[in-house]
Amino acid sequence: MKQIKVLGSGCSKCIKTAEIISKVAAEVGADVNIIKETDPEAIMNYGVMSTPAVVIDEQVVHSGSIPGQDAIRGWLS
Amino acid sequence: MFEIFTRLADWLVYQLMGLSPETKLGDALHFFVEDVSKIYVLLVVMIYLIALARASLNVVRVRDFLAGRHRGVGYLLGSGFGAITPFCSCSSIPVFLGFTSAGIPVGITMAFLLTSPLINEVAVLLLLSLLGWKFTVLYVLVGMAVGVLGGVFLDQIRAERWLQSFARKALERGQQQAPAQSGPAVRLSFAERHQFAKSETGEIFGRVWKWVIIGVGLGAALHGFVPDGWIESHLGDGQWWSVPAAVALGIPLYSNATGVIPVMESLIVNGLPIGTTLAFCMSTVAASFPEFILLKQVMQWRLLAILFAVLLAAFTLVGWIFNVLTPFI
Repeated sequence: MKQIKVLGSGCSKCIKTAEIISKVAAEVGADVNIIKETDPEAIMNYGVMSTPAVVIDEQVVHSGSIPGQDAIRGWLS
Repeated sequence: MFEIFTRLADWLVYQLMGLSPETKLGDALHFFVEDVSKIYVLLVVMIYLIALARASLNVVRVRDFLAGRHRGVGYLLGSGFGAITPFCSCSSIPVFLGFTSAGIPVGITMAFLLTSPLINEVAVLLLLSLLGWKFTVLYVLVGMAVGVLGGVFLDQIRAERWLQSFARKALERGQQQAPAQSGPAVRLSFAERHQFAKSETGEIFGRVWKWVIIGVGLGAALHGFVPDGWIESHLGDGQWWSVPAAVALGIPLYSNATGVIPVMESLIVNGLPIGTTLAFCMSTVAASFPEFILLKQVMQWRLLAILFAVLLAAFTLVGWIFNVLTPFI
């Protein structure tokens, strides 16, 4: 099971990011656990300055915008 | 070049809707249609062009550029980059921590963050088209001065003492290590730049269009319904208290620079002194409670209170100084 974290202070874009990832995961049948990480210290420790950002299995794969569906499919496969 | 918008408003308001230019409603509506259509077109065209030019600028590159700079130039550069770097205000905290953990002094980081809401390309363009180049230059200089001096002051009082402890530790760690070297700038193809510019235009326009309506709407109401000379005789020169009052009024009001500029235009046209207008608008844009509450995550109350007081004092001073200088501009 992939551990996915969406980093961001709870702004509307971060919520949308989490929604779209869970939607794509359901489509492709990927087994994921999505967590919203809002703690500024944790976000800092990932070295992220632009939110929303996406972390998969502790690797930052995206930051600064809502990711596209194609990109998400790539991460989940 | 802007005549076409006057004609559009003439046609829509006077011909199609049949209102007379002599009535208050007709006058206000004409002003509204003309300004909103003009601003929308300007916004779309200019945001796209500017985004095309700055597609490869981002906060990570700014941080790597600022890290390890001498303080003297650091404040100026921090403030300058704050004006031109695109970033969403919901990213303020990650940006603050990213800069801090790279060892950049709090004052330089704050010069960046304070200038950012005050000056941006959209604000500058609106000012240029609505209020002319003199006022625009003035606005940009004052905005940067507030950022730079605010930053210098925070470092003078050693503001880092009052950061939350994890942020203070991150700053200390960052100052001990060598500044990070970012790789060479990524070269973007035109197609990538176009893609970035297109999504920027959509995003910024999606965020600010309603502010334009609110701002111009308020402006139109002032324009059409507040009697000529009322503002001038009640809030004109000579009343020293009108500046701090304008600043205080701006605190609970929150807008971004895009929404407040159309209001500025009508306030000035209606005779509110330039300094008082500037003070009101800067307070509306930069001193807002929700943003300050966010900063609580990285700063202790004491520093927050100092920062707030500094901003209010700065805007009041700006107001007084410009009211005195107006005859010479």
